[in-house]
Amino acid sequence: MAEEKKYKKPIPRVDEESRPFWEACARHELYVQKCRSCGKVFYYARSFCPEDLSQDLEWVKCSGKGKVYTFTVTRQNQGAGFRDNLPYVMAYVELDEGVRMLTNIVDCKPEEVKIGMPVEVTFEDATPEISIPLFRPAGK
Amino acid sequence: MSITGKAAIAGVYEHPLRLAPHKTQYQIMAESARGALEDAGLTLKDVDGLFTSGVGGMGIVSLAEHLNLYPDYLDSNSIGGSSFVSHTGHAAAAIAAGYCNVALILYGSTWSSDRFAIGTGGGGGSDPPEHFESTYGPTTVGDYALVAQRHMHEFGTTGAQLAEIAVTMRKHASLNPLAKFRDPITVEDVLASRVVSSPLHLLDCCMISDGGGAIVVTSAERARDLKKKPVSILSAAETCYHTSAGMRDLTNAAAKQSGPKALARAGLAHKDIDMAMIYDSFTITVCVTLESLGFCKKGEGGSFVQNGRIGLGGELPINTDGGGLSSNHPGMRGIFLVIEATKQLRGECGDRQVKDCQLALCHGTGGTLGLRHSGATLVLGV
Repeated sequence: MAEEKKYKKPIPRVDEESRPFWEACARHELYVQKCRSCGKVFYYARSFCPEDLSQDLEWVKCSGKGKVYTFTVTRQNQGAGFRDNLPYVMAYVELDEGVRMLTNIVDCKPEEVKIGMPVEVTFEDATPEISIPLFRPAGK
Repeated sequence: MSITGKAAIAGVYEHPLRLAPHKTQYQIMAESARGALEDAGLTLKDVDGLFTSGVGGMGIVSLAEHLNLYPDYLDSNSIGGSSFVSHTGHAAAAIAAGYCNVALILYGSTWSSDRFAIGTGGGGGSDPPEHFESTYGPTTVGDYALVAQRHMHEFGTTGAQLAEIAVTMRKHASLNPLAKFRDPITVEDVLASRVVSSPLHLLDCCMISDGGGAIVVTSAERARDLKKKPVSILSAAETCYHTSAGMRDLTNAAAKQSGPKALARAGLAHKDIDMAMIYDSFTITVCVTLESLGFCKKGEGGSFVQNGRIGLGGELPINTDGGGLSSNHPGMRGIFLVIEATKQLRGECGDRQVKDCQLALCHGTGGTLGLRHSGATLVLGV
């Protein structure tokens, strides 16, 4: 009998546009992209700049630090991987690099999470190839 | 070219059922088609434009087959719950362009009977952005809750202010014999209901029901000779809003672009509008939509909805049928916005009739405010 999968939540698809992002996450590094043509910094991963369609892009390594822009403590979700982990905190974190990304806040009690709270990236290894960027209170 | 005054709503029908385990989706659509065509005084053979959403990828072709229709114009624009508001605008444009003359817009759903967890499912699609989201557990309720939390933080909006929206919708539903939930509720009831995804309580959320409806749109000229008073389509506008490549501002909605555009296209101002139908998937949806449409300033939605302003007899009555919060919500509510506004403009709403109702605005939101959504605005008049 096959061993039961440890990570039951949806696993992101790695494709030609997102491969460098997920490869960096597997090394426990967080990157966003910057357009060399217009300077726009953006998230999520694309093969072109969503401002001017330029393909002259660079990957920018993030400090991994940011602040909670907003959050919700979810108490009901029937989905696999979620129903056994209630409640959980879903949030938008604004990275020091200026972009906002959807994530989970972990390693603290849900009631401790506040908007504006400093957080830092941490990774959950979902599979040998995929690690999920999450955030926890900074300096914890 | 403007569509203003070129097309009119000639018939509407709201399926009376809220739970229909003994019916299929296509059956609900066929029954609604019959109702709206009877309302207009037209027959199935008059229909030469077909619009629907909430069906499979090619579902509109199956629907045409089911009804044995060969329409000249097909549109299954699928942008979430707002789709049918969008269809009404598209139908007016198609009619103004001469591409069809009698458009039938249909919706049917058995999502309640199917036990489909619209608001609290895990799931996740396979479009590019979803691979950066699904693993974090974004439920529909949670996505809207992100907006509510930020709104409260930035503007001091309170749970009691949002609850006022649910209380008002329930008050309206008590006057609508078809509404599912008709017993009065209080602000305290809303705040005491369990938290589904903070800060949204159960009674901040719309219900899941079965149901459906139909709208018949035809040329202004043809509508004049039909059974019911024509309701003129004055303007429409639509757009979408999303995570903006990482620069998302959660306190704005698509309505910010479509609302002012629709009013300008109709040559009207906010003060001209007698009643509004605002998609109320959640209480926060109404608050942010009213701000984005421009009925109040950004951040003032919480105080705007208080003191009876959005209730019958108030300055801007909204969702007089009781909305998705209290009347029905089979997954995509846009069609009921247009149906109720039409009935109000015809003066058919009995106990819940808005006095001297001549101009109505509908705004549908499809998808989720916190991630990506569409917005469709429609201005109607008599």
